[in-house]
Amino acid sequence: MSDKGKINEIAKERERWEKTTLPKWIRQSPERKSEFRNHSGTLIKRVYTPEDIKDLDYMRDLGFPGEYPFTRGVHATMHRGRLWTMRQFSGYGTAEQTNQRFKYLLKEGETGLSIAFDYPSIRGYDSDHPFSKGEVGICGVAVSSLKDMEVLLNGIPLDKVTTSMTINGPAAMLLAMYMAVGNKQGVPRERLGGTTQNDVLKEFFAQKLIIFPPKPSLKLVTDIVEYCTKHVPRWNPISVSGYHIREAGGNAVQELAFTLYDGITYVESCLERGMKVDEFAPRLSFFFAAHNDLFEEIAKFRAARRIWAKTMKERFHAKNPRSMWMRMHVQTAGFTLTAQQPLNNITRVTIQALSAVLAGTQSLHTNSFDEALALPSEEAVRIALRTQQIIAHESGVANTIDPLAGSYYVENLTNEMEKRTMEYFRKLDDMGGAIPAIEKGFFQKEIADSAYEYQKEVDEKRRILVGVNDYTTEEKQPIKVLRVDPKVEEEQVASLHKLKRERDNRKVNEMLEKLHHAAEKDENLMPIIIDAVRAYATIGEICDVLRKIYGEYKELIVI
Amino acid sequence: MRTLPKIEEIARGVLAGDRRSIARAITTIENNSPKAQELIASIFPHTGNAHVIGLTGPPGSGKSTLIDKIIREYRRKGKTVGVIAVDPTSPFTGGAFLGDRIRMQELSTDQGVFIRSMATRNYLGGIAKATKNAAKVLDAAGKDVVIVETVGAGQSEVEIIKVAQTIVVLFAPGLGDEIQAIKAGIMEIADIFVVNKADRANADKAVMDIQAMLQLNNKEKMWKPPVLKTTALTGEGVPQLIEKIGEHRLFLEKDFERKRSREKAEAELVEAIKEKVASSIIEELKREGKLEEFLQKILEKKMDPASIAEKLLNKKFKKQVQK
Amino acid sequence: MQNQRKIRVLIAKPGLDSHDRGAKIIARALRDAGMEVIYTGLKQTPEQIVETALQEDVDVIGLSILSGAHKTLFPIIMELLKQKGLTDVLVVAGGIIPEEDVPEMKKLGIKEIFGPGTRTDKIVHFVFENVPKRI
Repeated sequence: MSDKGKINEIAKERERWEKTTLPKWIRQSPERKSEFRNHSGTLIKRVYTPEDIKDLDYMRDLGFPGEYPFTRGVHATMHRGRLWTMRQFSGYGTAEQTNQRFKYLLKEGETGLSIAFDYPSIRGYDSDHPFSKGEVGICGVAVSSLKDMEVLLNGIPLDKVTTSMTINGPAAMLLAMYMAVGNKQGVPRERLGGTTQNDVLKEFFAQKLIIFPPKPSLKLVTDIVEYCTKHVPRWNPISVSGYHIREAGGNAVQELAFTLYDGITYVESCLERGMKVDEFAPRLSFFFAAHNDLFEEIAKFRAARRIWAKTMKERFHAKNPRSMWMRMHVQTAGFTLTAQQPLNNITRVTIQALSAVLAGTQSLHTNSFDEALALPSEEAVRIALRTQQIIAHESGVANTIDPLAGSYYVENLTNEMEKRTMEYFRKLDDMGGAIPAIEKGFFQKEIADSAYEYQKEVDEKRRILVGVNDYTTEEKQPIKVLRVDPKVEEEQVASLHKLKRERDNRKVNEMLEKLHHAAEKDENLMPIIIDAVRAYATIGEICDVLRKIYGEYKELIVI
Repeated sequence: MRTLPKIEEIARGVLAGDRRSIARAITTIENNSPKAQELIASIFPHTGNAHVIGLTGPPGSGKSTLIDKIIREYRRKGKTVGVIAVDPTSPFTGGAFLGDRIRMQELSTDQGVFIRSMATRNYLGGIAKATKNAAKVLDAAGKDVVIVETVGAGQSEVEIIKVAQTIVVLFAPGLGDEIQAIKAGIMEIADIFVVNKADRANADKAVMDIQAMLQLNNKEKMWKPPVLKTTALTGEGVPQLIEKIGEHRLFLEKDFERKRSREKAEAELVEAIKEKVASSIIEELKREGKLEEFLQKILEKKMDPASIAEKLLNKKFKKQVQK
Repeated sequence: MQNQRKIRVLIAKPGLDSHDRGAKIIARALRDAGMEVIYTGLKQTPEQIVETALQEDVDVIGLSILSGAHKTLFPIIMELLKQKGLTDVLVVAGGIIPEEDVPEMKKLGIKEIFGPGTRTDKIVHFVFENVPKRI
């Protein structure tokens, strides 16, 4: 019998099943809901059959790991060759405290660093700025100058460890600092490995850590890509992020579509700069969330890889297969963690981490169970790390590549998400691209509506959050939360003032002057920022120069 | 409990420039409480100094960012500024989201600047009156300039913007058929056109499109509306805009514009009379329990509203005459 | 003609915290409940928040903060409100504020703290019930 013939047979049998076997079951015990939909709005069928993937062509749509379209994985051996990097996002208090946390985590088995900076640093303010009052070291580590970075990375061999830095507006400065520390360790920039998030587009509609307006922000991003392509070849200059889109309230399809479209926008910006696609594309990396709906998340990651590969090949005519690889870091979804019955979060994180592993992520951060209450305690972060290690070594899931391939459900869902993503691409193209869409408030509206819908579902108990709107308990589980010592701010400010007294201020001013001129002339600012940072100019000082030239930007609010 | 001071106290506070009093005065006006009239009466003699500027434009044109720069430019020149940002009330929920001041927020702590957000509250004609009176409060409080900001869509927006003496209409290139999208009513009454985001490629084309449209509407106007370019993000073009606004003010003080002011005053008086007479008669009908009866007549098509009004007025005036 | 009295609410995010998902949902819910909501966006200083509350003559202030900086910022805000004579405004807060900090915040004059997982309608209801009546 031909394939089509077989499918028709199955279809006939399914119809029979629906008419004969199914109804008695439904009469006896009706299904829990009249229809099941995931949060992206996809209708979930009772059962999936070969009919649902009848157009699937193995070689065209899946292929083999390490080959186009890379649906099954970007490397041929994936986790069999090398487990994903266990990279826990950390940072709090002083550089010294965070340095201790880094060393602890490395000792406990994490295989890469990920730095969480405090709000002032992320926003381009020094620890002694009026805006920094009460915020120093609270949400991340305070880094105002190269001196802080030196303490932060003290004793960490930068030729052996790769580091991810969640930093956007001031990305150039932090990268410059990292390079300076590497240099002091004798590690040349060609050997440094790591990532700067450096994804300003999503800031405008998701993470909101905006400093400059869209055009100059994009210019700075491109400066960093251009510089790294030439001089820091092992560095991922951008981590195009969907995590924050999800946290802001976007659903999985929006996360997928908006992230990839941001990626498209960066590629276009680099091409406009005069770079060749195969020069820079291999080092673009991505960052997604992993939510609770196990199969939707797996489908999302697989769709992401295939869509990106196709986009790079067909839209941008990349020739180097590495330009088509979508390498990703995943973080389990912070928003899903509950303050109520916090130990339940360990279970949530496990499911979420599992989706990322089953879908072939390159790098993973698992949240700690206490993160709806505070920054992770040592015990909590250790458990989060152990979660990854148990999945890696005890569950067997990492011993084969892309195990869900061929699943009628997962392949159908992967196709569905790809289709809806391409619809978004068309819409955004029609709008003139990401920046016009941002200015029109398109992303913001999509995300706000999705967030509001989610909240309504929870309020109306159409979506159950265990421990929050159902299965609640009265007694509180007492857990000790991490509190940042208020003295941190004092210490940090004192140390900053000392630095400003002891450094060569004439040199600093000279550097800042040069930066001002270079920015006016629209040159690539990386070299001058590197020089300024080495002279111990602070993040705030450098950002202030750029603020004067580029102006500051206020978000467009859409509720 | 929030106890309001007496109206005289609020009025005194307004005239002294006290910010809390200004805020309370505007609330009194918004709520159209019986005291509102007393308040307006007290401060009216002290109005007429401020230059009231209306600014409107489609979403995405950069209005709020431009206003922020306009305020800064006026402040640089030592002028004090009041801003009334009007946003629509949802006809379904009765609520409103007032987010315009976000892009001017840095100026909120400048004691020479007062920013107030108002919702249209969906009562016909009411918002224009409320906006006008709120502008009067800011005027009486000593503000040199009062900026009224609204989105350029919908009929009530045209009414709102008419409370201003100088009307500035904003566009931004690349938003789509924005020139067509702007209500015809706004195009007619605009005194100054501004193409914002002038750094965009199609900015010059937008300027030409507007100029072409102005040629078509070639009425005999004494004031020929200029078309300016600004880049709100950097502030470029803003000093020139302020200058043009100043020029328009001078123009308004000339004789033939006084005629327009007289027409406006008469229109205001007619409005005030209409409102007073209507509310007094309706209140009376309600008191006498007769309102329902007349409403039924209209619903059953037994009598049309104008005839009912005439009947009621004749009755009322006859009563007065007889007294 | 009619009295168009509406409840005016200021939703404010003090400090550098950029998580505005919750604040925006509450703003929308309050608007859908018929209130006039002024939302001033991110990065508000205590001075800007209090000045805005004064100029907008709000009945309610909702502070949203997830960064942990509430311990520093809330006392400053409450003190400024007192100085400006705005003690009759209902002040509530939400976000990530540990249980152990709640009594201290309430002592400052914040009427209620809504932690993560609070139902939106509960917050709306609380505002209706506790908004000071104007006379």
